[in-house]
Amino acid sequence: MKSLVAVLSVLAAIIAFWYAACVPMNIKGVLDAAERAGAEVTPATPKARRDMSEVGLVATNTFAIGDTWVQERPRLPAPHQVAVELWKTTVEKKITSKRSLIYHAQVTLSATLLGFAIGTGLGILLAVGIVHSRVMDMSVMPWAIVSQTIPIIALAPMIIVVLYSIGVQGIIPKAVISAYLSFFPVVVGMVKGLRAPDSMQLDLLKTYSASTSQGFWKLRLPSSMPYLFASLKIGIAASLVGAIVGELPTGAVAGLGARLLAGSYYGQTVQIWSALFAAAILAAALVALLGLIEKLVLNRMGVRA
Amino acid sequence: MNMETTTQAIRPEAAASSTGPADCVIEAKHLDLTFETNDGPVHALKDVSLEINKGDFVSFIGPSGCGKTTFLRCIAALETPTGGSLSVNGMTPDEARRNRAYGYVFQAAGLYPWRTIAKNIKLPLEIMGYSKAEQEKRVQQVLELVELSGFGGKFPWQLSGGMQQRASIARALAFDADILLMDEPFGALDEIVRDHLNEQLLKLWARTNKTIGFVTHSIPEAVYLSTKIVVMSPRPGRIHDVIDSTLPKERPLDIRDSPEFIEIAHRVREGLRAGHADD
Repeated sequence: MKSLVAVLSVLAAIIAFWYAACVPMNIKGVLDAAERAGAEVTPATPKARRDMSEVGLVATNTFAIGDTWVQERPRLPAPHQVAVELWKTTVEKKITSKRSLIYHAQVTLSATLLGFAIGTGLGILLAVGIVHSRVMDMSVMPWAIVSQTIPIIALAPMIIVVLYSIGVQGIIPKAVISAYLSFFPVVVGMVKGLRAPDSMQLDLLKTYSASTSQGFWKLRLPSSMPYLFASLKIGIAASLVGAIVGELPTGAVAGLGARLLAGSYYGQTVQIWSALFAAAILAAALVALLGLIEKLVLNRMGVRA
Repeated sequence: MNMETTTQAIRPEAAASSTGPADCVIEAKHLDLTFETNDGPVHALKDVSLEINKGDFVSFIGPSGCGKTTFLRCIAALETPTGGSLSVNGMTPDEARRNRAYGYVFQAAGLYPWRTIAKNIKLPLEIMGYSKAEQEKRVQQVLELVELSGFGGKFPWQLSGGMQQRASIARALAFDADILLMDEPFGALDEIVRDHLNEQLLKLWARTNKTIGFVTHSIPEAVYLSTKIVVMSPRPGRIHDVIDSTLPKERPLDIRDSPEFIEIAHRVREGLRAGHADD
């Protein structure tokens, strides 16, 4: 109960800050519109207002504060504007509509999940190789680290162009970019996890003269489960980012990335923000889902709740 | 007991290739082990010679760094000696390991937290390819042996430290190894639990007729349990004294107050002191 109050207080503070920030951010636009509508504005011309600070404008035109939260194309939309847009584009639209965020989210989600599956599979395979082979440890790990230092926004267009030139398009290039981002945390986590058993546990298996594969299935893999799930949670969020980034350079017509892009072309800030929130909610839901699976798996493995 | 009969079936070559005297299970001759470290070589074992006969209960006692654990690990082929010879069941230690000649109990129970007690005991049986029915039978057998019947379905964290260590002993007993190597198995437990487990271990030894190698820090524990006490001293790790116990095989806990017990304990203590004095 006490923590609920604390959580709600933090949320309220964020929302209050957001509303407060809308006022100086949007005041110039509001005053321009008010002037055109014939209202008394100080100073009276856009030219004069241009050199004034936003806070100063708010101080001299307090009547306009309310309007900063209801503009049609604000610089910074107010929380309720984003909420209304989210509601309109999810609940009130048919899923098949091109304006439905659920439709766009589902396009991005399918690329995310495919990329996540590829990335996770690749990550686990690489980790198994790295743990069992010194050569792989020395040759693969540095490249995996280097791969993550290249900004994905620079690499994404090239991946798409290269894949397009060999006839691959649609969901695959996006999934590849997703996989590129998500395999890394899985590699790092799984290498750590597969190496988690201590020397005593490894010695014990040696006294049974267990084979390497028995050691893997009976000791290393179960030991790595907590590490795997931590990595998967990072990986799925990275996958979603990858899928969205993958939609940007192609001028894709569907997906949350396309929604962001279209919003910025037409100055539809409310649309941008609602697409951002849709992506955040989707990521949170995916991470929560993984958390649930983790709980079920670890419970079955007898880990104390 | 049928554990004994299957022993022969699983390791026919062990009996066949045995060259030493019929009842000598472990034989070390002038064993040396030197670790190369950054600070120069460390003589973990120097000129260690020892014979352990079938059915012996041998304790290794000495201060830290005397090589008692290292010697046990050599027998288990977890370390490789750099000189001398060592045979286990008439084979090299590594062959013996691959023939699953021994069960090893570590200082920590080391049970897998994701397996129940019964599943933990099944671990070596699964690895060694026992049938499902045989696994079940043996788990029940050894759980009974360490007085943990009824706890098979529990997870390790639901058991006390002493019970966990008993489960780990059960795990080492589950397959047909007639040597049991124990590296300070009760070191982390309190005195009362330790007494109880010592008593149980003696009963278990009497029932199974295994050969036991037991590393300990505790003089009373060594004297109470052993038929043979090996006193070791450090730098370099070597055998200082080997004491054959005159105590009867049947040993109630209060035997520790008998003059005979006290005399052996005294000799062990003297040995430990002398071992320290000469460095």
